[in-house]
Amino acid sequence: MTLLTERQQTPLRMVENKQWRKPVYETNGLNLWYGTSHALKNIDLSIHEKEVTAIIGPSGCGKSTYLKTLNRMVEMVPDVSISGNVTFKGNNILGKSMPVEMLRAKVGMVFQKPNPFPKSIYENVAFGPKIHGIRNKTVLDQIVQESLQKAALWDEVKDRLHKSAYGLSGGQQQRLCIARCLAIDPEVILMDEPTSALDPVSTHKVEELIHSIKNDVTIAIVTHNMQQAARISDRTAFFLNGEIIECDTTTAIFNHPADHLTDDYINGRFG
Amino acid sequence: MQQVNERKITRRMNIRILRNDISKYIFLLSTLFGLAVLSILIYRIFSEGVGSFNLDFLTGKLSTQPERAGIMGAILGTAWLMFVVAPVTMFLGVGTAIYLELYAKKGFLQSFIQTNIANLAGVPSIVYGILGLTVFARAMDFGNIVLAGGLTMSLLILPIVIVASQEAIRAIPSTLSEASYGMGATKWQTIQNIILPVALPGILTGAILALSRAIGETAPLVVIGIPALLIPFPDGIFDKFTVLPMQIYYWTLDSALLAEYANLAAATIIVLLIALFILNSTAIMIRNKFQHKF
Repeated sequence: MTLLTERQQTPLRMVENKQWRKPVYETNGLNLWYGTSHALKNIDLSIHEKEVTAIIGPSGCGKSTYLKTLNRMVEMVPDVSISGNVTFKGNNILGKSMPVEMLRAKVGMVFQKPNPFPKSIYENVAFGPKIHGIRNKTVLDQIVQESLQKAALWDEVKDRLHKSAYGLSGGQQQRLCIARCLAIDPEVILMDEPTSALDPVSTHKVEELIHSIKNDVTIAIVTHNMQQAARISDRTAFFLNGEIIECDTTTAIFNHPADHLTDDYINGRFG
Repeated sequence: MQQVNERKITRRMNIRILRNDISKYIFLLSTLFGLAVLSILIYRIFSEGVGSFNLDFLTGKLSTQPERAGIMGAILGTAWLMFVVAPVTMFLGVGTAIYLELYAKKGFLQSFIQTNIANLAGVPSIVYGILGLTVFARAMDFGNIVLAGGLTMSLLILPIVIVASQEAIRAIPSTLSEASYGMGATKWQTIQNIILPVALPGILTGAILALSRAIGETAPLVVIGIPALLIPFPDGIFDKFTVLPMQIYYWTLDSALLAEYANLAAATIIVLLIALFILNSTAIMIRNKFQHKF
């Protein structure tokens, strides 16, 4: 337990010392329907550069839906309709102005279950650079090594880069998926409950990894785990029934939330 | 008050074990029935055909004289037929499956097409023969050449290939394609790099099994009109041709005139069975070698 409290302190202190960063994503009046069910109601939320934003809330509150709106993966669900504004660095992403592939080249995503491709470890990491047109073997080798190093996986896999990614453990697979994201040098990484399928030790490693890459990349993470949000995030948004109840610094949310619903949720009185 | 007691259980135990044994033998018998019929068939074919099955028979030309007749023409005909059928069905079948699974919007049209493909798989082969005769042999004026027969056979097995390919594509977990889309890959890049490589073993297995059906089919070719005695070997897809099952059919008919023809038919069946055995083993090998576990 001492380990956890110690880690809990670090990001909090950092937030207090730093100015508000400039927003990467700005959401204004976002509404989203799956058929007739109103999944997101009038969401206003900003995600700030090089911060870790945690999105918490009970199941079905719309937090994953919101995350998937940010890289437009939500549009793959049939019968979905969206209104409102979501801008990425000032450009409205919901309009036709930006091809979705362009957006996703800058915004990586890590999913709930580790989902490496049935290819070698090397090919998994090289996938992104390859589809975006990098063919040079030397460049690819370098990208693969750097991404795996950033994901703290290099030492574990450097001798078996050309073996199947399915030979890795669940935790290693998830870090490989993060390395795969890092390989295209994204500005934002969206993480949808990235540790919910992992054991505590692997979870710890993924959290350390998030901590080590947050100076280079903006992270938005959906999590069910309140301690995790407290440990790793600078800012926390609390969703309930498709609405955003509160968004503030993680210190504020966990120490003196403005809304009693937030207080009830983080103290486990419902959800 | 105890309802389940040892005395009752013991009393019923023997009858329960007996019933268990009886049911086991019933199922064993039904399995053996199929095996027995198959063994009789194979024994009859080999005992009749093995005398005619030799190198001269395999490499020779067709002839009205049984002792001089060879099957090479039909082997080449079957090979040329597959040369047309395999690429045509693979391209059209996989293309249709990709469109239906990955591009088409789920809705009335998509489910209408889907139902019709399933129905087409059950249409009798002779109906496809009439279709081939009307469209390829007559309207397009190909006549009874390899191309006309091959296109007809392609139509016949196309529904099987489409359904098998669709199943192979559907078996891929959506998390894999999501990962690819999430990296900014286009749909085509995702299909090319993720979906097709992962689905390929399943697609190939289905396609090879469909090909082995086409190899054994006679009815559509009877309708298109395959000559009963064709001496020259076919040299390409624009030549007249005959195939192994057609030769079996004609020699079996002719065995009423001359008993030796029955031996030729049996020897041809051996050739056909070997071809089918090779194809099906290849399909199983592909399935086992490339099977993905997710």
